[in-house]
Amino acid sequence: MTTKREISRNGLWSNNVALVQLLGLCPLLAVTSTVVNGIGLGIATLITLVLSNTIVSLIRGFVRNEVRLPVFVLIIASIVTIIELSMQALFYDLYLVLGIFIPLIVTNCAIIGRAEGFASRNPVGPAALDGLMMGLGFLVVLALLGGLREIIGFGTLFTNAELMFGEGAQSLKLEINPDYPGFLLAVLPPGAFFGLAILIVAKNWLDLRPQEKPEIISPVPESV
Amino acid sequence: MIAINRRQILLSGIFLSLFAVVGTTLVALTEYSTSAAIAENERQVLLRNLYALLPRDRLDNDIAADTLQLPAAALLGTDDASIVYRARLGGEPVAAIFNSVAPDGYNGKIHLLVGVYIDGRLAGVRVVKHAETPGLGDAVEIRKSPWIKDFAGKSLANPTPERWRVKRDGGDFDQFTGATITPRAVVAAVRNTLLYYQQNADMIFN
Repeated sequence: MTTKREISRNGLWSNNVALVQLLGLCPLLAVTSTVVNGIGLGIATLITLVLSNTIVSLIRGFVRNEVRLPVFVLIIASIVTIIELSMQALFYDLYLVLGIFIPLIVTNCAIIGRAEGFASRNPVGPAALDGLMMGLGFLVVLALLGGLREIIGFGTLFTNAELMFGEGAQSLKLEINPDYPGFLLAVLPPGAFFGLAILIVAKNWLDLRPQEKPEIISPVPESV
Repeated sequence: MIAINRRQILLSGIFLSLFAVVGTTLVALTEYSTSAAIAENERQVLLRNLYALLPRDRLDNDIAADTLQLPAAALLGTDDASIVYRARLGGEPVAAIFNSVAPDGYNGKIHLLVGVYIDGRLAGVRVVKHAETPGLGDAVEIRKSPWIKDFAGKSLANPTPERWRVKRDGGDFDQFTGATITPRAVVAAVRNTLLYYQQNADMIFN
């Protein structure tokens, strides 16, 4: 059985959805032009992951093997549709920005991957934790990539924060340099690929640094 | 063996349909409980867009409800029926706000709201939806640049029809550095909307 520590480490770092598994790249690359967009999609994905992992784990005892995948897809699609509707009701302006990417969460392989690879074989507690940690790992990468591209592309941070946190958050917006001319490449899709590559390099570099006290890490086989 | 298989298939089928029913019910319940809020949000955004074109004290009717369905028209750039909003003050027509489309943007269609006063002057223009290049063509968005405000007050008499072009084509309207196609498309669409209004003004206000 996997311990809480291992689950958290897996989700946040060593088996990170975006940096290691390289799953869910379509929404990841498409929406991360600003921090706020990244966080918005990250939160929606996180909620989906926690709920789908929990439900899949709850029904793992009696779901019939032959129809397991269609059932998982059904669960995920229902959750995402409910999130989309709630978002339209509660955060309409954010929905206008992220709208077309929300339904895409259904096709995010990370979610069906966690349902099939982890939640369907583990009790509810660890499954929910796995969803939370995997979702957080994804959220952090989305936010970092969004921040990187926003600073380089527009020279700002937290533009449109009011869409998510209310009018008071407008003051959150940081303008690093008002005369910054902008760097188009970072905003356009290629910038997303470069940005993600930079983050992956940074993670691998951190992993490969010589450790001061060598730890014995037994590789955890992951079937996704 | 065959009998067992059939039983398995049946059970799986029932199991799957059960989940479909539960899933659909939950989605339907959410839809039911959020639809009023969503419709209100959509209305608020629409009103915000419409009031951005027309000062509030110029009208006293419920402009979001005072609409007319227009058939597809080449001058409006529409392939389908579109809606025109009518502003009135004390029952008298003040202005019409068209949903028009610039079909020839750099990256496809640019959807516009074009407000026209009864005398044919432009109340204002806003871009509602577009896919132009960020940092270049997206300067047609009010959030990115004030360019679109230049239309307010213009009409088919000012500038003259042949000056309804971007400067590079010998007209009166600025283009953007590095992006001529987008403003050219928007200028043409606004001019065409004015022409459409000129030809159909009576029909629009009955």
